[in-house]
Amino acid sequence: MESSARAFKENARAAVADPQLKRALSHVKEGFIGKRAKAAAKLPEFEVLRDAARDIKNHTLDHLDLYLEHYERKVTEAGGQVHWCPTAEDARRAVLEICRAAGARTVTKGKSMIAEEIALNDHLEANGITPVETDLGEYIIQLRGETPSHIIAPAVHLTKDLIEADFRAHHTALPPERPLSEPRQLVNEAREVLRDKYLAADVGITGANFLVAETGTSVIVTNEGNGDLTQVLPRVHIVVASLEKIVPTLEDVSTILRVLARSATGQECSTYTTFSTGPKRAEDPDGPDQYHVILLDNGRSSMLGGEFQDMLRCIRCGACMNHCPVYHAIGGHAYGWVYPGPMGAVLTPSLIGIEEAGHLPSASTFCGRCESVCPMRIPLPKMMRHWREREFERHLSPTGARAGLALWAFFAKRPALYHFVTGMAAPVLAALGRGRFRRLPLAGGWTAHRDMPAPEGRTFRQLWAGHRQGGSR
Amino acid sequence: MSEESPRVGLFVTCLVDLFRPTVGFAAVKLLEDADCTVEVPRAQTCCGQPAYNSGDRADARSIAAHTIAAFAGYDYVVAPSGSCAAMLSEHYPALFDDDPGLAAKAAELAGRTYELVSFLTDVRGVTGVEARFPGSVTYHDSCSGLRELGIKDQPRALLATVEGLTLAEHADAEICCGFGGTFCVKYPDISNRMVSAKADAVEGTGADTLLAGDLGCLLNMAGKLKRRGAKTSARHVAEVLAGMTEQPAIGESAEG
Ligand code: SF4
Repeated sequence: MESSARAFKENARAAVADPQLKRALSHVKEGFIGKRAKAAAKLPEFEVLRDAARDIKNHTLDHLDLYLEHYERKVTEAGGQVHWCPTAEDARRAVLEICRAAGARTVTKGKSMIAEEIALNDHLEANGITPVETDLGEYIIQLRGETPSHIIAPAVHLTKDLIEADFRAHHTALPPERPLSEPRQLVNEAREVLRDKYLAADVGITGANFLVAETGTSVIVTNEGNGDLTQVLPRVHIVVASLEKIVPTLEDVSTILRVLARSATGQECSTYTTFSTGPKRAEDPDGPDQYHVILLDNGRSSMLGGEFQDMLRCIRCGACMNHCPVYHAIGGHAYGWVYPGPMGAVLTPSLIGIEEAGHLPSASTFCGRCESVCPMRIPLPKMMRHWREREFERHLSPTGARAGLALWAFFAKRPALYHFVTGMAAPVLAALGRGRFRRLPLAGGWTAHRDMPAPEGRTFRQLWAGHRQGGSR
Repeated sequence: MSEESPRVGLFVTCLVDLFRPTVGFAAVKLLEDADCTVEVPRAQTCCGQPAYNSGDRADARSIAAHTIAAFAGYDYVVAPSGSCAAMLSEHYPALFDDDPGLAAKAAELAGRTYELVSFLTDVRGVTGVEARFPGSVTYHDSCSGLRELGIKDQPRALLATVEGLTLAEHADAEICCGFGGTFCVKYPDISNRMVSAKADAVEGTGADTLLAGDLGCLLNMAGKLKRRGAKTSARHVAEVLAGMTEQPAIGESAEG
């Protein structure tokens, strides 16, 4: 997917000024947070499970090569095929080849962020193959020609009335007078429209929440059941997944699943959890004839062993963005690439470069709410700070900000000088301010939106010296 | 009380020093009431967060090294700020991962550094204060104090003993006010949205005064409330606990 992360500031400004978006985003705050809190509180061992989930992934990442090889062997034994894809380009090519070999004209797709990452839909369309999104949210944004704004709720930036208007505009074969204002009616209509597409599709593409090394199984969780129809009905099933989706055993899947749904939607378990191992066997009543796994690296292996390895524990639950006040203010599109919110602020620079995505790890107050809810205990603020360090070292941060910081640091390292200067400035500012400033030179970012309180008068240091001569050292 | 007159080095914080000395004096009073001997090391400036959070590790390290030296030998180091206290106690040690000598000193400093209010309750066993502040207040939980240091109940417990004070909690008291140090000037549009939401919640309680334990957040929130013409005043929680509220509130002058 094309990035507009460089324009983050402009994107954010536009997002903040959009009243429709503000209305839509209020649902993120109201919907997800309370539900997660309730689900976590109801499970006494939730915190212990978070530790266990973190440990499983840490262990896996430390031995990733072994588990990947084992996984491939198991997939092959089950009659499937693993395609190792170092880059997005390789992955697109591999999918297209499989589709062409199957003579595919339409493919159905379950929700997959990796498909977004490699811009699969555009590639298929450019090559004469029609992709049909079957997840309701993905279906809606496909109609609108948009990208997801959230990793588990792709259409969360839209309000119900916008979706109703889209359905009326696109589903022209249906009676124009039909009632469509209730969410249930929208869901039913989408199901109706999609039914024939499932049957017509030659290839079904899904993502994976887990790849299980011990069995060669891919696992998806959904709430709509669309993933099952996508992968069972067509002749060919393609799983697109990135390599950190590996876990060693089915037991590990069940441990992580217990924190996944609770963190994501506050459910104990997603409605459908589907395990797929290889193509249809002779005794199976249904299933695809071919089973392919597109295993994407796209920069992840270079995160191993470095200060961003912890990010590879992410299970894409979305809790970090659901709890992020910056995400609440601007929504997902402003981040400019596939992954928004705190997880995107760390992952995006790893995948597309800090030159492109430098704003993302900078645009955080380090409030720490993301880390406090991340089921995998990923230290997101710490890693955003690591990105800022890289940026600073490479002189990528803005010159004005650097100069200001350098001047400040010069004084902060020289206490006597520092106190001399602040001791001069404070009374002057106090005298000028009468409590506060509505405008201040060099502080436009502050005073555009709020007053600047003025100092009381003299500094604490000056007053303290008068207060206790000899009492301090 | 746990120890006899421990020697406490007050880490004033750069914002209190420059903007609101009253908070420093309130801290001294509260610490002395809790039977501490308070000193203010002269060689302190700032905890280094502006550099640290901007990715300028080298400057953050040298400022940290200065601070470590300035506060050597005190039984405790106390700051009237969750964010500066957390900088010393949670982040200094990680700055010196390649310098075992300084890392050890940083870890040692970290072990005796506290935020003011939690130091009073958790270390000194303070259960109440002698202060009067008639009116209703609402309390904002600043992020670092809340999430890095677990400060939530401590200020509320002490505020409950202030004569005449009632606490009206605002919705989302745990949500960031949008200050974030340089964040608020680097990303003013986002910060403004965040502080506006905070101001809505605070005004919604009808409280006379907004309290918090961090001056950075308070300058941001008070600045927004004043710009809006809101009636709510803003003060550092230490001023109220110490009964030192003669100074006009943050951003206000004697004329209002
Ligand atoms: S970083 Fe953590 S909270 Fe965010 S999506 Fe990944 S696992 Fe979930």
